[in-house]
Amino acid sequence: MEIRNILTGLIPIIVFIMIWESINRMHVVPDYIFPSFTEVMREGWHLTSNGVLIENLVSSLLRVLVGFLLGSLAGIMIGTVMGCGDIINRSFHPIFSLLYPIPALGWAPLLMIWIGINEMLPIILIFICSFFPILYNTITGIKSVDSSFIKAAKTLGASDQKILTTVILPLAVPNIFTGLRLEAGMAWRVVIAAEMVAIPTGIGALMIQSESLYRVDTIIVCLMVLSVMCLVFERSFGYIEMRMTEQWR
Amino acid sequence: MPDIKLNNIRNFIFDGLNIEIYDKELLAVIGPNGAGKSTLLNIIAGLVDYDGSVHFNGVPVNTMATRERQVGYLFQDLALFPHLDIASNIGYGLAVRGDAKKNIKQKVDELLRLMKIEHLRIRYPKNLSGGEQQRVALARALAVSPQVLLLDEPFNSLDIQTCNCIRQEIKKIHTEFGITTLLVTHNMVEAKEMGDRIVAMNDGEVVEVSDIQDGYEYDFNRPYDMQHCSGCTIDCNCKK
Repeated sequence: MEIRNILTGLIPIIVFIMIWESINRMHVVPDYIFPSFTEVMREGWHLTSNGVLIENLVSSLLRVLVGFLLGSLAGIMIGTVMGCGDIINRSFHPIFSLLYPIPALGWAPLLMIWIGINEMLPIILIFICSFFPILYNTITGIKSVDSSFIKAAKTLGASDQKILTTVILPLAVPNIFTGLRLEAGMAWRVVIAAEMVAIPTGIGALMIQSESLYRVDTIIVCLMVLSVMCLVFERSFGYIEMRMTEQWR
Repeated sequence: MPDIKLNNIRNFIFDGLNIEIYDKELLAVIGPNGAGKSTLLNIIAGLVDYDGSVHFNGVPVNTMATRERQVGYLFQDLALFPHLDIASNIGYGLAVRGDAKKNIKQKVDELLRLMKIEHLRIRYPKNLSGGEQQRVALARALAVSPQVLLLDEPFNSLDIQTCNCIRQEIKKIHTEFGITTLLVTHNMVEAKEMGDRIVAMNDGEVVEVSDIQDGYEYDFNRPYDMQHCSGCTIDCNCKK
């Protein structure tokens, strides 16, 4: 059954690659516009072996990790405070509601003026991109905890702090992880865009440099790396969530 | 175990409620939906706001937080923590009070044995039947050695056999531990079988207090007796 499932998923990919390769071999489109799959793989190997791909990937990865980690932590902490305190929630909700709809990249011009074009720019953009959705998911998770669990914990002698750490937050985990899972992929999309616009290193920068050199094969390699990284990040959070909650959900 | 007095209780349901629950008695509280039965339990537990005073053994507990009142509360929906296994659910109250792990384990073992649910130790609430969940919730309430046991319609969702079984267990535990107990129920037979006294409530007022031990017989034609008996799941005299 397992092998059958894997095959079911692999076959369309193999067919897609075969069509791609065939189109190139038919010489319908010039190679420099539409390189074959084997050429893309060759370029991928070349970029990996000379260290260019790894170096740029590490730059992007560090930005994503730092920005995402800080954004998630801030989102979870402020979300917890807002989820638990009605007055704080009512006070901050309007301003966050106004800021949330602004796309993370919309802040880029303003941040370029305020902090300049440097390492901080993509990190802050990823921070903004991760912060709001995780904040709202945390608030929703906390608010959706059934009040009877809180009452039960109170009667059993738990302090407010204990109730938060032993009942509310564990029960809000599924909601928090939904935010983390979705935004983990989004952080990669944002970093690529920021690097394309303003930063000279990273996968996004490599793509924009390749565009100016007409290296479609390199661009496709970068897109493949981006796709894999988004998938790995999203799946990792999905896996952690599953491990944390599978026994009781 | 304390004698509990509620004096001149006022809130969104009650308008000057006075009631006394004697030391070690099992007081059955009956009444239709919205009569204020669960609110009465919540006031004793300190879970809702009220004016007036609640005394445990003559000591006012109005300013005391719920966690300091030492009540064991069996909620209508049981409220077992879904993310904790059964042993952790039962030991929760002891763990949050900072008891030593060894003591917690000992107490949990004792309660698992008492409730005959040793085999459920590492399972999670979602995998338990209604009767098993009921036993776990009761064990959890007893784990903290409560002064007062509050039971909010504990037999509602159970089949007849399990219901009778748990009823006997609660009665046995009450006799054994001598915990002052309030039992909220819809079921008149249950109230008569288990209670030392019965308090009938309607619309936020105590309509009648009767002593079962004195051989008091209810008039089942009275509206507040009949209304709540419509929900009986067991062979109930008031349906006859």
